[in-house]
Amino acid sequence: MVENELTTGQPEVEERHDKAEKRRKFLRRIGWGSIAGFIGINLAAFVRFMYPRVLFEPPTTFKVGNPVDYPPGQVNTQFINKYGTWIVRQGDGSFFAMEAKCTHLGCTPNWLEAQQKFKCPCHGSGYYISGFNFEGPAPRPMDRFKISIAEDGQLLVDKSIKFKGMPGKDSNQMHPQSLLRV
Amino acid sequence: MKMFDNIKQSLVWKSMFRRDYKDTPRNRALAIFGNIFMHLHPVKVRDGAVKLRYTWGMGGISLFSFIILTVTGFLLMFYYHPSVDQAYWDIKDLEFQVPYGIFLRNLHRWAGHFMVIVVWLHMFRVFMTGSYKSPRQFNWAIGVILLVLTMLLSFTGYLLPWDQLGLWAIEVGTNMAAGTPLLGFEGPFSEYLGITPYNDVRFAILGGSTVGGNALLRSYVWHCVALPLVAVVLMAVHFWRVRKDGGISGPHS
Repeated sequence: MVENELTTGQPEVEERHDKAEKRRKFLRRIGWGSIAGFIGINLAAFVRFMYPRVLFEPPTTFKVGNPVDYPPGQVNTQFINKYGTWIVRQGDGSFFAMEAKCTHLGCTPNWLEAQQKFKCPCHGSGYYISGFNFEGPAPRPMDRFKISIAEDGQLLVDKSIKFKGMPGKDSNQMHPQSLLRV
Repeated sequence: MKMFDNIKQSLVWKSMFRRDYKDTPRNRALAIFGNIFMHLHPVKVRDGAVKLRYTWGMGGISLFSFIILTVTGFLLMFYYHPSVDQAYWDIKDLEFQVPYGIFLRNLHRWAGHFMVIVVWLHMFRVFMTGSYKSPRQFNWAIGVILLVLTMLLSFTGYLLPWDQLGLWAIEVGTNMAAGTPLLGFEGPFSEYLGITPYNDVRFAILGGSTVGGNALLRSYVWHCVALPLVAVVLMAVHFWRVRKDGGISGPHS
């Protein structure tokens, strides 16, 4: 505080100045606090804004036709563009639905009929028809979705129920619930 | 020449350029001070600053690439729709039909690759000459952010042609984001926070659970508006700080 004849030795004046000082400090805090709060809330709103409420993506539950249309030992690739899912009917007649997503970094592998394997175009991971990884950088077998029979007799895939492939484990034994026998 | 003299004597000219043309140190300084663009630059530079073997000129070449990218990018935007149905065909259109389209596209692509390389080499030079040391620490930090922005600009531009290369690159890149600890659905500890593919950090980047129309549009907006804007602001700070920190580093400073 500036010392002059007005302030020195006059306790009531000094007290007034102290009060003013405190008031300024308080108002400064309110001012900067409001600005910080405004920016903070707007940043939070921006983050929330980046998460859309409604998605215009294909439904996570979908029907894929009748079981009789699927010959045993075949991989059906007709649903990968829309739903990212293969419908596999194994040699023993059981079905499973497999997510068309490489467990390395998420590209969509191709089913190579002649070589009887899934091959990822990005980094060369290879999988057997069961989804078991046997070459390339993939760390584990591919994941499966729940497949069941709908009321109208069609196969029904539910992508919200997932069976994760475990490293070194055959998903047929690991997840018997992922198999559908008709 | 009489006409030019008249123009230089006019009120309009004098209102813009507040100095005469006598080659004096004062006028040289005023030419820099009095110009909003030039004032980022030091009034005087040491002779070491122009030693190409020391600086490699990489910072200036980065800026030059950025200017090329801004101009070509601005022109490309006139013929490009960031939508799933149109994006790929707009690129084909640019290549085969739009006047100078293939030139603009290739210039943009090459300048983009070039800028990434040059920015890295700039950083390498600054590191090897110790130019990040006091008093330039803060400008090094700004430079690191500018490097990240360059990579992000490169990454977001990758998706825009909507071709196989870009699509899978973004698929892979955003799946790495899914591995973020706590915030990505495949990252460690995220299961304790209830993170799913529908509320994780990858979802915010893509605007959905897959690389689709929202992801393309978001890439476009980040690439063409937000990231360049931030980069320009930080570049201004970067150049101004070079001046404030004693000019560009040379063999003797």
